[in-house]
Amino acid sequence: MLEVSGLVKRFGGFTAVNNVSFRVDQGEILGLIGPNGSGKSTIFNMLSGTLAPTSGSILFAGHEIAGLAPHRIINGGIGRTFQIPRPFRRLSIFENVALAGFYGQGRHSRARAEAAAERSLAMVGLPTDRHASVDGLGAAGLKKLELAKALATAPKLLLADESLGGLDEAEMDQAADMLRNIRDELGITIIWVEHIMGVLMRVVDRVMVLDHGEKISEGLPSAVAGDPRVIEVYLGTDAETTQAAAAEARRRAGG
Amino acid sequence: MMGQGRLAAWGIGLAALVALPFVYRDPYHLHILVLILIWSFAYTSWSMMGRFGLVSLGHGGFMGIGAYVTALLWNHLGLSPWIGIPISMAAAGTLALIVGYPCFRFRITGHYFVLVTLALSGIVLQVITATRDYTGGSLGYTPNRASGNRLLALQFDDKTTWYLIALAVWLFGIVVWHWVDRSMARYALEAISEDEDAAAAAGVDVTAEKLKITLLSALMTALAGAIYCQYQMFITPDTVSGIAVSLQMVFAAIVGGLFVSLGPTVGAIITILLAETLRIGFGTKAVGWDNLVYGVLLVLFIIFLPKGILGSLLDRLKPQRKVSRAHEQEAVQIVRPGA
Repeated sequence: MLEVSGLVKRFGGFTAVNNVSFRVDQGEILGLIGPNGSGKSTIFNMLSGTLAPTSGSILFAGHEIAGLAPHRIINGGIGRTFQIPRPFRRLSIFENVALAGFYGQGRHSRARAEAAAERSLAMVGLPTDRHASVDGLGAAGLKKLELAKALATAPKLLLADESLGGLDEAEMDQAADMLRNIRDELGITIIWVEHIMGVLMRVVDRVMVLDHGEKISEGLPSAVAGDPRVIEVYLGTDAETTQAAAAEARRRAGG
Repeated sequence: MMGQGRLAAWGIGLAALVALPFVYRDPYHLHILVLILIWSFAYTSWSMMGRFGLVSLGHGGFMGIGAYVTALLWNHLGLSPWIGIPISMAAAGTLALIVGYPCFRFRITGHYFVLVTLALSGIVLQVITATRDYTGGSLGYTPNRASGNRLLALQFDDKTTWYLIALAVWLFGIVVWHWVDRSMARYALEAISEDEDAAAAAGVDVTAEKLKITLLSALMTALAGAIYCQYQMFITPDTVSGIAVSLQMVFAAIVGGLFVSLGPTVGAIITILLAETLRIGFGTKAVGWDNLVYGVLLVLFIIFLPKGILGSLLDRLKPQRKVSRAHEQEAVQIVRPGA
């Protein structure tokens, strides 16, 4: 459903993403991992239209979307969340999601947007009360709101950007399960960017690893976790931590 | 949502406003009321975009275009204001789009946007002064007295008629304000004012939404200028255009309250009464004093009362109402335990 080829993004002399190609199949959860500054968020920003690629092609459902304006991409069926939640604090929780339901689905009708908002809020487990303020939400609540906003745009492909940063272990597991439910129940294909490898490995079907803007590994979670290149660049070269982390990753991926 | 009580209050208030000139005919006071209504409409028009963080200092330009284009078409081509006003509004709207599009497309926001609009205001003022052979320059301009049909020329000597016209225009502004306030466009514009990228990620066409509200605001402001011109039958660049007029709009809207529908109206009442008091109290000695007072008050309001007089007042009233209800419930529980 998504086919990215030869994607390049340069900021002046710095190449943030260098000739990255990958594909995502319908109904799949693809994990995208890599150290800080490896280009994960830059790829997301190009997929969602926030940044225009320097070169390369992004085919979504057979249409070229590279360089399109964000609102057109969102309306075309790609929803996204931000790494750091970006709620609209002057609107209530419900209004935040209703806004996405209205503008993210071709501005059909207010009733349809509000119905979408109610469904999305219920899906992520937030109250559907129309006046509840965003200020009452903690870190986990704000992440859920991000997800509800993205879901309300009725995406076929969901770009989930580091959804779990700042959560405790129970909340992380809960959030990972939620992403899986979204795929299983709504049939939404997901690309999940994450730096907490363990939880991600448990849920995704396939993993792609980036380093310095280049793809260095791709495949099943268990295979990628054992790839020496991944262990070196992603987990560091300190032997003890590396082995422990790799073992942990394999355990998670297996269970 | 507007409650039944509020709707009733609006109805009674409006009926009283319509009835007023038929029972109270003092021409000076009616004149002041007409001015307040016209300027209220202009300030409301400004606040349509101002409330979403789109602070424009170019609205003096739109108002000047509304006034001058209407008057010039009447004097030179004999075109009735009924046609001239829509043309002047279209001209202001076109200018708004020409200035707005590049600003919004290339993300000129905040202070930079204010500076661009400030330039717009200055340019319109310069054009009016420079083309003095047509516009009379800084000496001002007077639409020709109608020889035939007064309705066609939109010229009336009767203060009551003008009061009713101004009231209708003012009411139109308030209705449009509420219409925007209850639309999905308000959500989008609130979202844009907080975070343009996040708004775009929710599917909002940021450039289009900003252009739409700017266009609406400019059209309404031009209408205010044209109505002002028809009422006063004399306009100068300083009274309907330029930076001073733009600043006055910002001042009135902020003092009255940007985020409530009647805020700009409260702002107009304060600014016009202030100007009149200074004019009558000090005469020609106080020319320009009102601007000095505006400036000082503006600084004080932005620091101490950013929601304006009406906005802060309504905020004060709201929690008090809730508290009193909580007290009522407590009282009920004390009287009837278990209730």
